Amino acid sequence: MHASTVRSLLVRGMLAGLVAGLFAFAVAYVVGEPPVSGAIAVEEAKAAGEAPAGHGSHADHGGGTVAVEAAGEEEEGVSRSAQSTFGLATGVLVYGVALGGIASLAFSFALGRVGRFSPRATAALTAAAAFTTVYLVPFLKYPATPPAVGNPDTIGKRTTLFFLMILLSVLLGIAALIAGRRLAPRLGNWNATLAAGAGFVVVTAVAFAVLPDNEDAVATGFPAGLLWEFRLASLAIQAVLWAVFGIVFGVLAQKTLAPRAAADQEGRLGAPAAG
Amino acid sequence: MAEAVVSAAVSAPSVAVPAPLPVRAVLPWAFFVGLLALIALYFVGAEQGATSVFAGTDVHEWVHDGRHLLGFPCH
Repeated sequence: MHASTVRSLLVRGMLAGLVAGLFAFAVAYVVGEPPVSGAIAVEEAKAAGEAPAGHGSHADHGGGTVAVEAAGEEEEGVSRSAQSTFGLATGVLVYGVALGGIASLAFSFALGRVGRFSPRATAALTAAAAFTTVYLVPFLKYPATPPAVGNPDTIGKRTTLFFLMILLSVLLGIAALIAGRRLAPRLGNWNATLAAGAGFVVVTAVAFAVLPDNEDAVATGFPAGLLWEFRLASLAIQAVLWAVFGIVFGVLAQKTLAPRAAADQEGRLGAPAAG
Repeated sequence: MAEAVVSAAVSAPSVAVPAPLPVRAVLPWAFFVGLLALIALYFVGAEQGATSVFAGTDVHEWVHDGRHLLGFPCH
């Protein structure tokens, strides 16, 4: 019975993630694509500006052509119109479903263990915690970058640091949760939550200071307004994704668990007959 | 003490707090589905960027915009 409850929660979590992904895709298409296109235009303008210089010094070797081809490599195979529609949808929806599944499993662990919260409230808290630890905290240290900003030579290091930051932030979040629960009997729920939250912020700040800086220094001349617009769009996509997930999964989880919660409340008398 | 009494008085009558699901029931799902989800996230977030399972750049190009906008380092 418990295993089937976990399975229904998982299926509903992935469904809620799909719905959340659709909303996030809409936001990504409307507010995210303009700055991405803008950044690609900057990238192409830069490549076009460099090409003649290369051509001048390596006229015999066709240096200009090579530079243009290298810049055009980004576009190979997949057209911009496919990238900005079906490609974007694939990325955002897979992200939503996968993280929806993981979040529903985190919810299954958290349910009834984090305090006196209904399934719906637990779902909202899970979504808020996931947004904070999986996206917001890593974003504050290693913010999202549009095309043309990153140096391809450092992609390995940047990817490692980014995933490390996510892992660290999730583990710190779990540690803060456990510490908060341990402190609750002594300090009371309110003060224990504040103490655990403060601990999370302090340790995260120390991690920010200790971890290497983002090598992805923004290229000189990249428009600051465009960068801001891109990062704000990235933040909006994730905020919408997790807000919709929390709301939709909350409703579904409440429905799934309502009979069970009611039976628990009744004193578990008639539950076995029903199951 | 006082806080415990207050919070119990506020939430107890209205909220049916569900019993925790046994960890044993969640773990197998967490392991297998968690693994599948992480693989899916890898393909959205990192494949053909820092490391490649498949040769070429098609996967990278297909999820390119999503990868940038979801916050992953892309290239």
